[in-house]
Formats: sequence, structure tokens, C-alpha cells
Amino acid sequence: MDDTTIIAATSIVIAGITTGFGTMGPALAEGRAVATALTSLAQQPDASATITRTLFVGLAMIESTAIYCFVVSMILIFANPFWNHYLAQAAGK
Amino acid sequence: MHLSPDQILYWQFGFVKLNATIVFTWGLMLVLALGSKLATRKLSDDVKPSRWQGVLEIIVLGIEKQIATVGLQDPRRYLGFLGTLFLFVAAASICTIIPGYEPPTGSLSTTVALALCVFVAVPIFGILGRGLRGYLKSYVQPTVIMLPFNIISEVSRTLALAVRLFGNMMSGTMILAILVSITPLLFPIVMTVLGLLTGIVQAYIFAILAAVYIAAVMRASEPDPGQEPTPAPEPGS
Repeated sequence: MDDTTIIAATSIVIAGITTGFGTMGPALAEGRAVATALTSLAQQPDASATITRTLFVGLAMIESTAIYCFVVSMILIFANPFWNHYLAQAAGK
Repeated sequence: MHLSPDQILYWQFGFVKLNATIVFTWGLMLVLALGSKLATRKLSDDVKPSRWQGVLEIIVLGIEKQIATVGLQDPRRYLGFLGTLFLFVAAASICTIIPGYEPPTGSLSTTVALALCVFVAVPIFGILGRGLRGYLKSYVQPTVIMLPFNIISEVSRTLALAVRLFGNMMSGTMILAILVSITPLLFPIVMTVLGLLTGIVQAYIFAILAAVYIAAVMRASEPDPGQEPTPAPEPGS
């Protein structure tokens, strides 16, 4: 295997693993958050406006961790700095 | 396939580049500014206002109410800044139903610029509202030990604000592009609808988080010197 193949293969594999593992935690956390919010909505329907607003803000906060993983894997696939560096080096040779 | 609309170049002269991000940002600014200008041309306090005036009143009053629920007194002061943030991000994601349009918020440059606006606006509002001493005191709020952490949180939440919006908008267009190449029928439409929903939610989140940060800096220095200071709930980033 030459360097290009190794870089390409590791980038693709790691991109998949990053999104796969990175979304597990936020998925569980969002499930818990929504479940708790639904319980409190059922108990206190009057406070629905506050609960919904806090829920949305909290969900966006939780979701952003998954989004970071997604951004990292997208960078690995579409804008890989190591890949570009290697290509530039190979072209310069 | 491209990661952001920065890579679509329309015109280039030396180092001056005109890419899709700039074009669509200015287009949106033009539409928003001209639209509100036209709608507010004939304002009336009649019993029956014109339709456009009614729409704008609903939007402005809705934003004002949301700002007030975060805990900011006198929402009119913040309406210009927070309302502009919300309307720009929301319009940027609503316009994705127009074919050939790329949301400018799908580029990291735009979102970093918006986040930097928040980064600068929070101290300005804090100093205007509480004075320079009061604002600086908010950095050592629970104890002096928290000073470095407060500074770090200031930077990290700006970064989080930028990357969150960028990631959401970019993932929407990216998934759409992938789906069009796999299943060109029907599924992209469903994802577009989902993208509209997440776009609006993200616009709301962006504006609300900016409001929460401003409210935190206003509240942190609120307790009187005579009373026991109560630590303000610091929103994590």
C-alpha cells in the first residue's frame, strides 16, 4: 500500500466511525431530554411555553456535539488537509 | 461536490473574488431591506392596517415577546440586533426552497461573522447596561478562581455558535446533494421540508442564545452590594 491509499482508507474509515460513535451519545441524551420534557408537560401543561423553549435550546446544545462530529467527518472526506498536503507534495516531486 | 458555497466563484479579479456566499448574502439583505421599506411605506394606526403592516407587526411583536421571556427588561433595546440575527438566518434557510439557491449560512465565513457580532455585542450591551466596572465584575462572578474559565467560555461559546449553525445548514445541503444522486424522486423533497424545520429552529436558537448571553451578562452584576450575591445560572456552551 502506498501513502495515498493509506491516507484515503484511514480518512474514510475514521469519518464513518466519527459520525457513528459521535451520534450515539447525543441520541441517548436527546431521547432523555425529550422524555423528561414530555413528562413535565403532562404534569404542568400551563408551563408549556417555558418548557418548550428550554427544551429547544437544550436540544440544540446537545445536538451541536453530534454536529461537531459530522463536521469533522465531512472535513475528512471532502476537505482533507493531509490528502491535499500529500497531493501537493506528490505534484512538487 | 463542494463543502460550502464559498467554492462557487462567479467572478474573480486578482484576489477579489465574488463567490456564491457574498452574492446570496447581499441578495438576502436587499430583499429584507427593500421588503421592509416597501411594507412600512404607508404606516397607519387605523383600525384596519394594511396586510404587510400586519405581517411585520406580528413578526416584530413576536420577536419582542421572545426576548422578554428570556429575562431581558426593555426588549426594544435589543430588538434591532437580535431581530436582525433571527430574520437573516431564518430568511437564509427559508429561501432554500428556491432552486439554485445556496444558503449563505452554509459557509463557515458567514456563521463566524455572525458569531463574532454576538461576541462583540455582548460586552457592548453589558457595558452600556451596567457600566464598565459592573461588566468586568461579571467575569469574577462566583469567585476570582472562575476568571480564566469565564474567559474561555466566552471564546468557546462563540466558536460553538458558529460551528453549530454552519454544521446544521451544511449538513442539510450535503444530505440533499447526496440524496439527489441516489434517489432523485420524492425523498429530496421530504429532506427539504426537514431542512426548513431545522433551519427555522437554528435561527431561533441562534437569536435566543445571543439573548441568553446578553441576559447573563446583565444579570451577573445585578445583585446589590448589601445583599448576598446569588450566582447567575451560567449557560454552558
